[in-house]
Amino acid sequence: MSAGMRIIVGCKRVIDYAVKVRVKPDKTGVVTEGVKHSMNPFDEIAVEEAVRLKEKKIASEIVVASCGPQQCQETLRTALAMGADRAVHVLVEPKDFAVMQPIHVSKILAKLAVDEKADLILLGKQAIDDDCNQTGQMVAALLDWPQATFASKVEKDGDSLTVTREIDGGLETIKVSLPAVVTSDLRLNEPRYATLPNIMKAKKKPLATKKPGDFDVEIKSTQEILSVEDPPVREAGQKVESVEELMEKLKEAGFVKS
Amino acid sequence: MSSNPLRSQVIQLYKNLFYLGKEYPAGSKYFHTKLKAAFMKNKDITDPVEIENLIARGEFVKKELEALYMLKKYRTLKRRYYDEKKW
Repeated sequence: MSAGMRIIVGCKRVIDYAVKVRVKPDKTGVVTEGVKHSMNPFDEIAVEEAVRLKEKKIASEIVVASCGPQQCQETLRTALAMGADRAVHVLVEPKDFAVMQPIHVSKILAKLAVDEKADLILLGKQAIDDDCNQTGQMVAALLDWPQATFASKVEKDGDSLTVTREIDGGLETIKVSLPAVVTSDLRLNEPRYATLPNIMKAKKKPLATKKPGDFDVEIKSTQEILSVEDPPVREAGQKVESVEELMEKLKEAGFVKS
Repeated sequence: MSSNPLRSQVIQLYKNLFYLGKEYPAGSKYFHTKLKAAFMKNKDITDPVEIENLIARGEFVKKELEALYMLKKYRTLKRRYYDEKKW
């Protein structure tokens, strides 16, 4: 492992964080057609961390991977523009993509990690669309590798990594032996911008297209979406003329004892 | 005029800023209109030193925009996923 690590980074294509998400009228999901998509922000942080490890000569190669429709290649180009070396796109058919769950992605990433002889898998802690927060943990379980989730600091330490994790009300520092799975938290780093010249250069970097079948993964639905609904709308407030009226209203609503 | 070695630099700068402007919070149209106006205002400048200064200013604006987008994303995510009071 002294020759420098090979890192695999997962990049999910999600609806852009700035877009106002709309629920489909039939409540089966959200509107994705004609909506701006971009790389999951937590995955951007993971890519950035991998690039920084490469700049420090700790990593020798960064492979970025994405599972999903054809447009995922744009997401991978962004990752390549940020500094990744090559990309693997696992093309998922639309009908399969509709029922794809983190378990399928985990199986694909785990197989990819073995095929590529990866030393480290870096993933975002969760995606901002389904907020599952499962992929990193499941990949680690499938490979039987140690995991360091919610990382806010990653340091190489001989043949292991020292990772600072964000936990409720504080920080935890753990040491994991390599190979390992690390998932990024928001404060791990500040991702660089994929500039236009770098996007252009990224078009020359290799991008391989594979199928879930190449990783012996069959995408089969294990759950059914019953209903997708908007969060409740805040009720309108009302103005009062005087303190007396305010007290009256509060008593009516039962907020003060009469 | 077309043999000016700074010409391609200026065009590159314009392209890069135009690309960045696509994500501008107030809308790409707002940004692109202002971008064009800013470049057109200086179209008659021929002094190479002055052009270099203007290019440097453009590069600065580029960095500012990248920082703005980064912060906007960071703040939005922080608001959505982390308890405000704790941090």
